[in-house]
Amino acid sequence: MKSETRVVADMNFELTPEQKMIVETAAEIARDYGPEYWREKDRKHEFPEDFWRSLIEAGFPGIVIPEKYGGSGMGMFEMLLAMETLVSEGCGLAGEWFLCLSAVFGGLSITKHGNEAQKEKYLPKIAKGMEFCLALTEPDAGTNTLNIKTMAVKDGDEYVINGQKIFISGADRAKGMLLVTRTTPVDKAPKRTLGLTLFLVDLPNPAIEIIPIEKHGINYSKTFEVYISDLRVPQENVLGEPEKGWYLLLDTLNPERMSFSAAACGLGLLAIKKAVEYAKERRVFDAPIGAHQAIQFPLAEAKAKIEAARLLNYKAAWLYDRGQECGAEANMAKVAAVDAGIQAVYHAMQTFGGYGYAVEYDVERWWREINLIRLAPVTHQMALAYIGQHVLGLPKSY
Amino acid sequence: MDIIVCVKHVPETAEAELKIDATGKGIEKSGLVFDINEWDDYALEEAVRIKEKFGGTVTAITVGSEDSDSTLRKCLARGADKAIRLTDPKFAGSDAYATAKILYNAIKNMRFDIILTGAQAGDDGSAVVGPVLAEFLKIPHATMVKKIEFADGKAIVNRELEGGLEERLEVKLPALFTIQTGINEPRYVSIMGIRKAMQKEIKVMGLADIGLGENEVGEAGSWLTIERLYVPPVEKQAEFLTGSPDEIASKIVEILKSKGLI
Ligand SMILES: Cc1cc2nc3c(=O)[nH]c(=O)nc-3n(C[C@H](O)[C@H](O)[C@H](O)COP(=O)(O)OP(=O)(O)OC[C@H]3O[C@@H](n4cnc5c(N)ncnc54)[C@H](O)[C@@H]3O)c2cc1C
Ligand SMILES: Cc1cc2nc3c(=O)[nH]c(=O)nc-3n(C[C@H](O)[C@H](O)[C@H](O)COP(=O)(O)OP(=O)(O)OC[C@H]3O[C@@H](n4cnc5c(N)ncnc54)[C@H](O)[C@@H]3O)c2cc1C
Repeated sequence: MKSETRVVADMNFELTPEQKMIVETAAEIARDYGPEYWREKDRKHEFPEDFWRSLIEAGFPGIVIPEKYGGSGMGMFEMLLAMETLVSEGCGLAGEWFLCLSAVFGGLSITKHGNEAQKEKYLPKIAKGMEFCLALTEPDAGTNTLNIKTMAVKDGDEYVINGQKIFISGADRAKGMLLVTRTTPVDKAPKRTLGLTLFLVDLPNPAIEIIPIEKHGINYSKTFEVYISDLRVPQENVLGEPEKGWYLLLDTLNPERMSFSAAACGLGLLAIKKAVEYAKERRVFDAPIGAHQAIQFPLAEAKAKIEAARLLNYKAAWLYDRGQECGAEANMAKVAAVDAGIQAVYHAMQTFGGYGYAVEYDVERWWREINLIRLAPVTHQMALAYIGQHVLGLPKSY
Repeated sequence: MDIIVCVKHVPETAEAELKIDATGKGIEKSGLVFDINEWDDYALEEAVRIKEKFGGTVTAITVGSEDSDSTLRKCLARGADKAIRLTDPKFAGSDAYATAKILYNAIKNMRFDIILTGAQAGDDGSAVVGPVLAEFLKIPHATMVKKIEFADGKAIVNRELEGGLEERLEVKLPALFTIQTGINEPRYVSIMGIRKAMQKEIKVMGLADIGLGENEVGEAGSWLTIERLYVPPVEKQAEFLTGSPDEIASKIVEILKSKGLI
């Protein structure tokens, strides 16, 4: 049927052939590394070497890295398509996690704010799979990033750094670290948001000690307490302008949020798909359990919310890729995606009945995985606080 | 080594619920996911590996509608240098013979050392396009190929036979081989490859471009016509296996193998 409506401005929801191929490749990889693979890796607390090699072979870490430095020069939108598909087609959170550590923490931060020498040093390697980590969170600052205590003190043409970080993922394998410090203590800074300085630190380094934290899920990747004692870093390792680190960091934290929103949506879709398959087959009374509205409606509702969250997340990426302000969309997408994703996995588990509690059916692992996303990279409350303050214009509540 | 790979854009039917369409001669295509024919995937990979080892070019060619571009693009992204799509409304309804004829008319003026096709297509599974094309071109061919090596301007290939046997043949070049799955492990389409593929052109040719007449293609130019397509009625069959557990186990393995299930 031909539409009679006149198109005034083109809003295009169609993926380009190129984007479709990225989705297809991601789906193909995810099929090769399905739930069984991750069940094993999670149980054995084992890094997925072959999965990571496949992602590198297919060029995924290089998606957001400029062609000049060995990447394919695409945007965060393409990265989200890849992540979402990897997650939803079988990899679970792992489909997003490793790409976020390397390509977002390392690749995007350096692409955005690195100088020529830093780009040449790191980007081609990251495109080829060099692992990275982000050391931001501190035990005494937590969600209040501006309160971090890790100090970098200038000494000739070097900085000497001391401090403590917590929950630093991938610090054992990473060859590079984006380290967030203060060069001016918060009480001496002209503004709370000034005085932060970012460093690129090569790992391993004898001045950096790491201690693993046993955790609830994502056991195929380790997360650490990090102790930094008299770490000496040449001043050319400062990323971007000193003292302005907070503003630069937003270009990393927003796409990090988008990555985890993509993961929440992907996990929800994955859990829904498995639950639907099961609900069509499983009969305990006369009809398959999927015929009951108690099973069907919560899944339908979660699906609708996930699709809405995806669109908002795409919009955030679309803005980011155009160099526009995207904090509002990134935070709103995060709130929507986490709600929808948790609802999906929760009700998928409910659909499976007792089997939802059995490791063999995978839902319990996705439950452990999606629980992270309400706590990190930004907590659910802090994302709401952002929306309250910056989108609604209410008084600052924290 | 210049290599031509014939590929087909087919619906994935392994797990789909298939319905016969209103004509009774085809399947309902809406809702099906289309992709490169599985066997062609291996053929393309083999071609790219040969090129990487010996140099030369890889050209992917298909008879199909514009939708087939995604399959051709995939070939380009995997390392094919050129892609040709043979498209004409008159091609519709071509059987394997007419399809081979169309391919022949496009290929006969091209330079090549080997042609690779899939051993069969996942949709109609006739497994004859390759051999018929070889006959048109008057070149030797081998089917169900699981290994290709080269020596003194000849190819040495292994063909898969029943019951796990393989046959080794020496074949003069130029030649055509139909490729069996498992000959290699196809690589993933890489993001870099995708970028490159987008910069390459897909050449489109129609009936007139390849010098064929209307009556030589489509149903008119075919030897076979489909009378009816139907889902075979379900038959119930039970077989009791006797013997020691070991004997029964080997019989089960034999049965599963003969049905192609393992
Ligand atoms: C598995 C895992 C991996 C991680 N990986 C990394 C990493 O690689 N790099 C990195 O730097 N960090 C990482 N983190 C840290 C993560 O970003 C933090 O845990 C998160 O930001 C929350 O900080 P916190 O745990 O100190 O919580 P806290 O700041 O102590 O907050 C505790 C609770 O209080 C709430 N709260 C605090 N203040 C307010 C307020 N004013 N109003 C309302 N509610 C409030 C919070 O929302 C939260 O619910 C990771 C965390 C986990 C669990
Ligand atoms: C850790 C663990 C320990 C257990 N220990 C014991 C034990 O010691 N002894 C024992 O006997 N059992 C035990 N169980 C079994 C447990 O009681 C069952 O798993 C539970 O009763 C659900 O049955 P099911 O798993 O077969 O779910 P199903 O009956 O398959 O139900 C699947 C889903 O469909 C829903 N559903 C089904 N029919 C309808 C309907 N008509 N309308 C709406 N919704 C419907 C269910 O509510 C559920 O959400 C245990 C289970 C677990 C996980």
